[in-house]
Amino acid sequence: MNYLASIGSYFIMIREVFKKPTKWSVMRTLILKEIDELVYGSMGIIIFISFFIGGVVAIQTALNITNPLIPRNLIGFATRQSVILEFAPTFTSIIMAGKVGSYITSSIGTMRVTEQIDALEIMGVNSLNYLVFPKIIAMLFYPFVIAIAMYVGIFGGWTAGVFGGFSSSADFVEGLQLDFIPFHVTYSFVKSIVFALLIATIPSFHGYYMKGGALEVGKASTTAFVWTSVVIIIVNYILTQLLLG
Amino acid sequence: MIEVDNIHKSFGDTHILKGISSIFEKGKTNLIIGQSGSGKTVFLKCLLGLFTPDEGTISYDGKIYAKLSASEQRDLRQEMGMVFQGSALFDSMTVEGNVMFPLGMFTKQSKSEMQDRVDFVLKRVNLVDAHHKFPSEISGGMQKRVAIARAIVMNPKYLFCDEPNSGLDPKTAILIDNLIHEITQEYDITTVINTHDMNSVMEIGEKIIFLKNGLKEWEGSNKEIFKTENEAVTDFVYSSELFKKVRQMYIEERN
Repeated sequence: MNYLASIGSYFIMIREVFKKPTKWSVMRTLILKEIDELVYGSMGIIIFISFFIGGVVAIQTALNITNPLIPRNLIGFATRQSVILEFAPTFTSIIMAGKVGSYITSSIGTMRVTEQIDALEIMGVNSLNYLVFPKIIAMLFYPFVIAIAMYVGIFGGWTAGVFGGFSSSADFVEGLQLDFIPFHVTYSFVKSIVFALLIATIPSFHGYYMKGGALEVGKASTTAFVWTSVVIIIVNYILTQLLLG
Repeated sequence: MIEVDNIHKSFGDTHILKGISSIFEKGKTNLIIGQSGSGKTVFLKCLLGLFTPDEGTISYDGKIYAKLSASEQRDLRQEMGMVFQGSALFDSMTVEGNVMFPLGMFTKQSKSEMQDRVDFVLKRVNLVDAHHKFPSEISGGMQKRVAIARAIVMNPKYLFCDEPNSGLDPKTAILIDNLIHEITQEYDITTVINTHDMNSVMEIGEKIIFLKNGLKEWEGSNKEIFKTENEAVTDFVYSSELFKKVRQMYIEERN
């Protein structure tokens, strides 16, 4: 029953976020700040992880090709498919649930503990709109991060494949172009937009409605990460079934 | 003026406020005192509109809060200023940003008009060199001054303070009390202070309400509190030996 009540509260929160908007001149500044914090600030870790994940996928594929009849361009093909379909949108989103999600929960949770949210409410500010709406808008830029993750992941695969001696550059590039279905990129971007909304709102929910002190802020951050990851995995399954099944 | 008429508030099976009525007058510092768990904070949050009473009414200059529309309630809230126990300053903003926040949010003033107003209120609370500091870079007393400045920057009709001098040294606590008292008189504000501090009670308590177990046990001024024979009040207010002696001296002097 508690889970059902929480799900209900989550959707009520989403409704409140879009009520009584904050003055645009203030909101514009908040959105730009959140884009800087949530999106631009995550680029370093996303590029780093994507590069090495792409590299590992290429090496693993190469090491598992034992049959001489299988063409070497499979390394490029497998890297492209793995990175575009899953590693860039889903794996990156799990990382972002940890990095961005814990930041969102702890920052909003600290505001709750130190009565800053009460201060906003007393002033007549819709605190949910003020705090959560800019995060949702900022996270709409998340597909750009995923696009970069795709590019860097494939580049990582090419680097590992070519400089590791597993494939020639021509074979790898041929594999990248083999049986390319543009809808797979669309599917990936659709997923990333949905994941972006989850990453912005689930941690906000855990931070906004938390009770207690500093210790509970830490616990709420962990809970938010776990639930965001769980929901991403489930939604990933549903979207894959709906869009590719 | 704030009129409270027979308000009740429960959380689940716990009946916190059991029918409190009182009048908080304009231009006076009204103090709510009582032991921890007596319902002071819930009472203050009801006055602020953060909690809705289960029964009873709260009216602000004749306007009953519960009967106002959502937009009228928001407008009324903009006439309220609040000083929180922990100051509740926005960590990500400078002192100037904190004080300017309500102006930027709710007025159409130009940047220079807002700056002038911020400079004025910061000067009024005796903070002149802290404009560009963050809350974490200033002392607790300075944070309270910034909180007061933020609370009065919109010229509120009603000022609420939740234990404004908790965690402060006695000298700073008296300065903060006096500042709130001066501002209340200067701007003719209805001020309600939730406090445990007996110095505040004696110094600025023009009207005092003593709550016990969710009921109003006693009501009077700081002069009357010396004379009261109400045992619950005297046990609470004169719990320290020092205050017992002060009261004894007062009674002897009077006789």
